[in-house]
Amino acid sequence: MILVYIEVRDGKVKKSSLEALSEGKRRAGELELEAHAVLVGHGLEGLASGLYAYGAAKVHVLENTLLSHYSPSAYAYALHSLVEELQPPALLFSATALGKDLAPRVAAKLGVGMASECTRMEVQEGRLEVVRPVFAGKAFVTFRVTSTPQIMTLRPNVFPVEEGGGSGETEVKEVVVPENQTHDRVIEQLREEGTELDVTEAEIIVSGGRGLKSPENFDLLRDLTHILPHSAVGASRSAVDSGWIDHQHQVGQTGKTVSPDLYLAFGLSGAIQHLAGMASSKYIVAVNKDPDAPIFKVADFGVVGDLFEIIPHLKEGLKKALAE
Amino acid sequence: MNTFVFIKRVPDTESKIRIDHENNCIIEEGLNFVMSPYDEYAVEEALQIRESKGGTVTVFSVGSEESIIILKKALAMGADEAVLIRDDAPESYDGLRTARIIAEAIKQKYSEYGLILFGKQSMGADNAQVPAMVAEMLGLPQVNVITQLELEGNTGSALREIEGASEKVTVPLPAVVSAQKGLNEPRYETLKGIMMAKRKQIPVITTAELGLSDEQLAPQLTIVRMETPPAREAGKIVEGDAAETAQQLVDFLHEEAKVI
Ligand SMILES: Cc1cc2nc3c(=O)[nH]c(=O)nc-3n(C[C@H](O)[C@H](O)[C@H](O)COP(=O)(O)OP(=O)(O)OC[C@H]3O[C@@H](n4cnc5c(N)ncnc54)[C@H](O)[C@@H]3O)c2cc1C
Ligand SMILES: Nc1ncnc2c1ncn2[C@@H]1O[C@H](COP(=O)(O)O)[C@@H](O)[C@H]1O
Repeated sequence: MILVYIEVRDGKVKKSSLEALSEGKRRAGELELEAHAVLVGHGLEGLASGLYAYGAAKVHVLENTLLSHYSPSAYAYALHSLVEELQPPALLFSATALGKDLAPRVAAKLGVGMASECTRMEVQEGRLEVVRPVFAGKAFVTFRVTSTPQIMTLRPNVFPVEEGGGSGETEVKEVVVPENQTHDRVIEQLREEGTELDVTEAEIIVSGGRGLKSPENFDLLRDLTHILPHSAVGASRSAVDSGWIDHQHQVGQTGKTVSPDLYLAFGLSGAIQHLAGMASSKYIVAVNKDPDAPIFKVADFGVVGDLFEIIPHLKEGLKKALAE
Repeated sequence: MNTFVFIKRVPDTESKIRIDHENNCIIEEGLNFVMSPYDEYAVEEALQIRESKGGTVTVFSVGSEESIIILKKALAMGADEAVLIRDDAPESYDGLRTARIIAEAIKQKYSEYGLILFGKQSMGADNAQVPAMVAEMLGLPQVNVITQLELEGNTGSALREIEGASEKVTVPLPAVVSAQKGLNEPRYETLKGIMMAKRKQIPVITTAELGLSDEQLAPQLTIVRMETPPAREAGKIVEGDAAETAQQLVDFLHEEAKVI
């Protein structure tokens, strides 16, 4: 079977894990295999049956109180034992902060290679072949992972979630975790005040650059994210380096790589390092007062004008359109 | 406390990537190579640790002789020692292979350390694999993508960035950490540092010396194809009255992009 790791945050299964499970199910179907899901933690049994709808024929729940907080060593330890038992040909993770942390640790424990941040997957000669961006999207490589299990992380927001699976079964296993394997567990989570969605998870990103002129003006963009569904505020490095907004929001080669449905760029020029992080967005819309700004070369729709004049009208227009 | 820092030579972020389709690799000619940006934060953190806690900073790079340039840069920033782990294999994007070489070098030759620092990902491969893999191979705790680090006796306390939040993790030392932007502000090389780096001998270890077999060094990823993404075409650009253009934008989102 294709085994898919399911991440839980704040008691809920992450959407990006459902994307990975849906993709796992699609490829497993082509290979005439089942898709199985695995939950690691404490008290997660209740979430298992919710995964059948996304194609999990079986959900393995690895249970131990020592796993109630994430620890890469302990989670890798638990997953490793399940993989040794099931011998799946492939193991998928979503490329979230946790997935990117855990997958390579599991791969190393198994002594196998892996492909990070895949954006496409297909079956070739009975094995998975993946496409992934390198150089922050300036090039794409098609890889065959030759070791088994084939381990990949899937970029969030790229693979469609597909419901319509049938029934499944759940197996809860109390796993033994040696105490010394929890030496890197998380002891506390500090939430950034007022953060809604992370840019890597948002379907719409409202991004601003030096043209915003001050930290307060980022409120104009925050306002838009309150109107637009599943949206988050992004920023150029110049805005971040000016101290106007936290670097969590930075998009680009030294920031986050994003592929939302819509990227709205206000007052940012579209430097090569910025484009590298967002050029795979489905739609790009730019507002900039300089008609020669490079962002217009990649924008599907551009407005040459002053963002401070345009945003208030845009806000009203969006409200109206969304109300209809 | 002695720290080890692992740094990689990569094309700078301005680079326009061109592809050699015959060999499925990028064309290096004309590119400017630098130390991967996140690795600079790792070097800086190590130097700050030495300044507050004493000990030494040793930087390592796995790569061809050309990686000596970035090792010299780290020396010029203030690192005490630099080591080249000579590996002339082309980029395979296989983190396991690099991690194996690093873990073997540490196990066999460099046992005196309290902390091993990495960048959170190498620019280009964008893998974010090597730090966790090395940690696993050495049986060490890991904290990746850190924006803050405090060391107290035998423990390290770090903040690790996740989506919309930070996680606080306290680990026993020695440990593996990888640096995210925000951890510190990397210093520039000083003239004195550059002069010292010029004269400094950089020992070279080979993978053969580490006893790694061809099998252990064979990449576990095969590159089938390498392509540049299709260029995006510029779309419609409008100009004029703010109310009117804003409405055209809304119409575009509604009728063409269909996101609202
Ligand atoms: C190693 C390295 C890594 C980097 N990584 C990143 C990265 O990850 N992400 C990133 O973004 N950058 C990165 N950069 C920086 C990048 O090169 C640019 O400097 C940066 O993206 C520019 O930010 P900006 O577009 O906000 O500012 P500017 O280039 O100054 O653009 C501001 C824009 O706002 C417009 N404007 C001004 N006022 C208004 C107004 N009232 N209405 C409408 N438009 C207005 C201007 O016409 C201009 O186009 C990196 C650079 C280096 C060297
Ligand atoms: N060839 C290399 N030599 C030294 N360090 C490396 C090498 N490749 C990766 N690293 C380290 O591992 C980090 C993560 O790299 P990667 O897993 O390739 O994204 C980098 O920021 C470096 O600190």
